[in-house]
Amino acid sequence: MAKIEAAPLLAIRSRRLEGLRREERTLGIAMLAPALAYIFLLVALPFALAVVLSLTNSSAGSLDFSFIGLRNFANVVESPVFRRALRNTFVFTFVSQLTVIVLGNVLARALMKTFRGKSIVRFLILMPWAAPISLATLSWLWIFDSTFSVANWLLKVSGWLGPGQWYYWLGDPTLGMLAIIVIHVWRMLPFSTVILLAGLTSIPKEVHEAADIDAAGPFAKAFQVTLPMMLPLLTVAVLFGVVFTFTDMSVVYLLTRGGPYNSTHVLASLAFQEGVLGGDVGRGASIAIFLLPVLVVMAVLMLRVSRRTEVL
Amino acid sequence: MRRRGLRGAAATVGHRLLILGFTLFAVFPFYWMLITSFKQNSDLYVGATNTAHNPFIFNAPPTLDHLRILFGRTFFPTWLGNTLTVGIVVVAITLMLAVPAGYSLARLTGRWGERLSIGIFLTYLVPSTLLFIPFSRLVSTLGLQNSTWSLILVYPTFTVPFCTWLLMGFFKSLPKEVEESAMVDGCSRLGAVTRIVLPLSVPGLLTVVIFALTLVVQEFVYSLTFISSVEKMTVSVGVPVALIRGDVYYWGSLMAACLVTSIPIAILYNFFLDRFIAGFTVGAIK
Repeated sequence: MAKIEAAPLLAIRSRRLEGLRREERTLGIAMLAPALAYIFLLVALPFALAVVLSLTNSSAGSLDFSFIGLRNFANVVESPVFRRALRNTFVFTFVSQLTVIVLGNVLARALMKTFRGKSIVRFLILMPWAAPISLATLSWLWIFDSTFSVANWLLKVSGWLGPGQWYYWLGDPTLGMLAIIVIHVWRMLPFSTVILLAGLTSIPKEVHEAADIDAAGPFAKAFQVTLPMMLPLLTVAVLFGVVFTFTDMSVVYLLTRGGPYNSTHVLASLAFQEGVLGGDVGRGASIAIFLLPVLVVMAVLMLRVSRRTEVL
Repeated sequence: MRRRGLRGAAATVGHRLLILGFTLFAVFPFYWMLITSFKQNSDLYVGATNTAHNPFIFNAPPTLDHLRILFGRTFFPTWLGNTLTVGIVVVAITLMLAVPAGYSLARLTGRWGERLSIGIFLTYLVPSTLLFIPFSRLVSTLGLQNSTWSLILVYPTFTVPFCTWLLMGFFKSLPKEVEESAMVDGCSRLGAVTRIVLPLSVPGLLTVVIFALTLVVQEFVYSLTFISSVEKMTVSVGVPVALIRGDVYYWGSLMAACLVTSIPIAILYNFFLDRFIAGFTVGAIK
């Protein structure tokens, strides 16, 4: 008796479930739609517009423009200032991120130990990443001031700079580049350190104990145990670090304005100078487009990491 | 035994010195803001050639003059107000868009939602330095140039993707049974979300509010591009661009402005750090 009644009841229930599931899906789409619409209208379309503008002679004065094909790119590539900016962008990113990863590993390992005042140290070390970059850069501008530089005072006192010797940090291409790299390292180091720290703490104790039982030396342990387990997070730290440094313009813009003689520009600051200050929108857009290949590579790598670990 | 003790002590000293070195490097610019903000001009503008004058300490009594100038005779209070207004509106927009989207991706969309969520996360990587040129066209087409509305329109482009991602992770971490039991009791899905899920999500929502707010305060490129009138600027642009009068640098007030803005942001950020990091690293840790 019970069996006979159960069958239609189940059918009704599964039909109801089907209806409920469809309802849920509609609700899901409805809840997602505003955010997706916004992202489409204000990220995807402007992104496409950036590409379109780079193919036009658009200027700040008027809203009409005509297509001129790849002429912007041809002009830009010929310009020595652009080539210098392209090189600088890679140099700044590569040198600062390499330094950040090495120092970040050292610092994260040091922070693994327990010691008194650790939470305060963690807060202080994190400050460069949390503070607004444009304001932090001002502080560095003052540290590297041409007359009142505290860096120079230290070098004078320590005897590095003899009488009559002086560093014009922001008036010299090499020193200017060095200053920019120092700021990028200063700013990104906290970010990498906390990510690497999250990785180190996620390695179970048993793994270290097993390595100890197998009598692994410190180097074997570092390179054959810790490093492989840290690799996903190391990649995450590097990828974000590269993206943030590669596309940044505030440090260069506020510290040197790309000077002296346009020697410290990066792609982003040059695009701003030409496209916004200079009013040549097409040319500015074509310079900014050069950021794209590296970003695409970074996005692909990030997807790889996320796939290997199943979910990002 | 004794040698090991010595070696251990040496290792501890080395460790502390290492930590000290990194901390000094991180903190020095903030210390420099602090001491500059309270130094008298006669103590500030001595010149680094004078090795007898130690710039790290107060050689003359500290002063509040720079703070007084900053709050009394500059646009700094206006900029703070502008930043806060933009921040609050952007946070509201972000919540309206990201909360439903995050919930939907966590519970309602299944397999394709997972792919979509990675796509949304990747839009966070599209930098402002690539978009400011098309946005400046868009903003002038809409007649919003030199208006804080332009910032309100554009800032959610970087807050929404990451906040959706953070919230999705947060909603996923809540047990499904929470809503299901409410729905068994006759609640609709939406009712269950507003009555049960959101009250449980206050920590997650707070994280998103703080994160969006700090991003707005930190933003520089769009604000620099769209806003030209001094009285409409936000802090991050007004201070470096318009606080410097003529070619004389008012370093005391300038550093005071940086200090007053940076410290609260850093403290707020620190409270929620672990959640932000979780957002960056979800899944890369197993």
